Amino acid sequence: MTVNRAKTGAKKGGIGHFFRILGGQWQLMLMSIPMLAYVILFNYVPMWGWITAFQDYKPKLGVSGSAWVGLKNFQWLFGRADFINSIRNTLAMSVINLVFGTVSSILLAVLLNEVRVRGFKRTVQTVTYLPHFLSMVIVVGMAQNIFSSSGAVNQLLLSLGLVKEPVFFLGEGRYFWWLVGVINVWKEVGWNTIIYISAMTAIDPSLYEAAVIDGAGRFNRIMHVTLPGIKSTFVILLIMNIGHLMEAGFEIQYLLGSAVVMDWSQTIDVFVLQYGISKQQYGVATAAGMFKSIVAIILLVAANSVAKRLDEDTLI
Amino acid sequence: MTTAGKKVRTGRRQDVVFPIVNTVILVLLMFITLYPVINTVAYSFNDGTDALRGNIGLLPRVFSVKSYESILTDTAVYQAAWISVSKTIITTLLNLFWTGMLAFTLSRKEYVLRRFITTVMVLTMYVNAGLIPNYLLISRTLGLSKSYWVYIIPTMFSCFNMIVIRTYITGLPDALVESARIDGAGDFRVYWQIIFPLCTPVLATVALFVAVGSWNSWFDTHLYCGGQKNLHTLQYLLKMKLATTQASANAAKTTADAMKSTTQTTPITIRCAITVISTVPILVVYPFLQKYFVTGMALGSVKG
Repeated sequence: MTVNRAKTGAKKGGIGHFFRILGGQWQLMLMSIPMLAYVILFNYVPMWGWITAFQDYKPKLGVSGSAWVGLKNFQWLFGRADFINSIRNTLAMSVINLVFGTVSSILLAVLLNEVRVRGFKRTVQTVTYLPHFLSMVIVVGMAQNIFSSSGAVNQLLLSLGLVKEPVFFLGEGRYFWWLVGVINVWKEVGWNTIIYISAMTAIDPSLYEAAVIDGAGRFNRIMHVTLPGIKSTFVILLIMNIGHLMEAGFEIQYLLGSAVVMDWSQTIDVFVLQYGISKQQYGVATAAGMFKSIVAIILLVAANSVAKRLDEDTLI
Repeated sequence: MTTAGKKVRTGRRQDVVFPIVNTVILVLLMFITLYPVINTVAYSFNDGTDALRGNIGLLPRVFSVKSYESILTDTAVYQAAWISVSKTIITTLLNLFWTGMLAFTLSRKEYVLRRFITTVMVLTMYVNAGLIPNYLLISRTLGLSKSYWVYIIPTMFSCFNMIVIRTYITGLPDALVESARIDGAGDFRVYWQIIFPLCTPVLATVALFVAVGSWNSWFDTHLYCGGQKNLHTLQYLLKMKLATTQASANAAKTTADAMKSTTQTTPITIRCAITVISTVPILVVYPFLQKYFVTGMALGSVKG
């Protein structure tokens, strides 16, 4: 009944009708409004906290009692080498993650797509999904074993004669970005294939048959049927990831980093944590976080508008 | 004629060589994926002092179950396990309850607040107030720090999961809801008696995502409950052990011998044993849900 009323109501319009429909949908409202309030409290209310970026915020005094300092927090931030470093590290690591992650997962998806034995394919998938479910604490613990001076990677390099002395992967800053890239690939490569493989199953099998008739081997079928078939998925994911360039991750840098490699490991998030929580400089830390959010929003809007423009010609 | 013949031949050769190369690569990949995991298990069953020499591969060098013995007699581990298990179960149930209902309402085209609520929800995936404002809200305004509720209340909802469920419900036939409404069922009954049972696959997926996220989190403990020993979780215990092994690894570089004077079971084997214990529940569950979460991921990513 309410369905019908809603339909006729929508046609007639008018504020009275709107409220009558609203009354008829009280059960839907009861089911959704608690979560709306919840999300507003936990996701929107904290944005008021951005005010503290323009204050010398003291928790005792609160927002109303703390002194206003204008843009001084931002000026202070950009005068600091460690903040500039953390911007560089964030961007470097997210670009490495993006390139490594995308290339590796497309490669694996293509290889899996060529497996004809279903049991084998499923086994590989089950195994490669596993690291996605491990916590970063566990993964970093494993990485410390594997990359230590007596760990498996150094053993392998030594036995192959590629290095003479064990490499201190964890103790030297210049390895840090690449280490994070490699660990992230290990953790997520299987998981990231899911979306590409589901795009590949949507490819029309007759395209492959036609390619075979034309004499195309495996390689040509991959190049001319499989890869074009996942192009739109690739473009969408790429654009979404560009919108998330300011998110280089936080846990892995925080857990894997140490004082020795801090110049390479500190991301903006780690910087915020150091200054905000450990040193209790809330104003400065909020300003750093706000800077990150604003750049992220700009990137997202830009990426979305590119996506919309591409949607008309490339994505079809 | 000749070119066509050549093409067919290269095609055939590729059809023979490619599967072999492909299989080799994938087996190698599985090995690389599993090596660190098996290595951790090997460490956990190794003698503590001996493990300091490092260089343990796929099997323990000096077999010992001391690490497990010392964990299983440690009340702190039991307490942490209890906190981990209980918060994971409660968080998962609350998420399913609220997220499922919300997804249902937002799948109903006639719902007048649908667009508004959807926009408010989706924006949260992109805009975030940041660590410090969230911290101040949770610890100062709401006073949740040093309390068990800090594990439950801030993690009751995820927009991504809501979209996954909503997309699934949208894919169900409209007639289901309409005929039930004509029979006089209210929205509550339609959801709980008709939609909810049909959503089992997608709810299983979301339950897995939420449970794994809750089980694996350590940062909330670090931020809000670091000083409360009775509120530590398994992951946080691991995080603390990680910090101590890190420190001892740095020390070992200079004075390897100094390490031999430390206790029988050292943090590294203990850490690996806790890792194994805290990972087993996930290992047991996820292969059975594989079929579900694969579709769930595809649903969420397309619409997200």
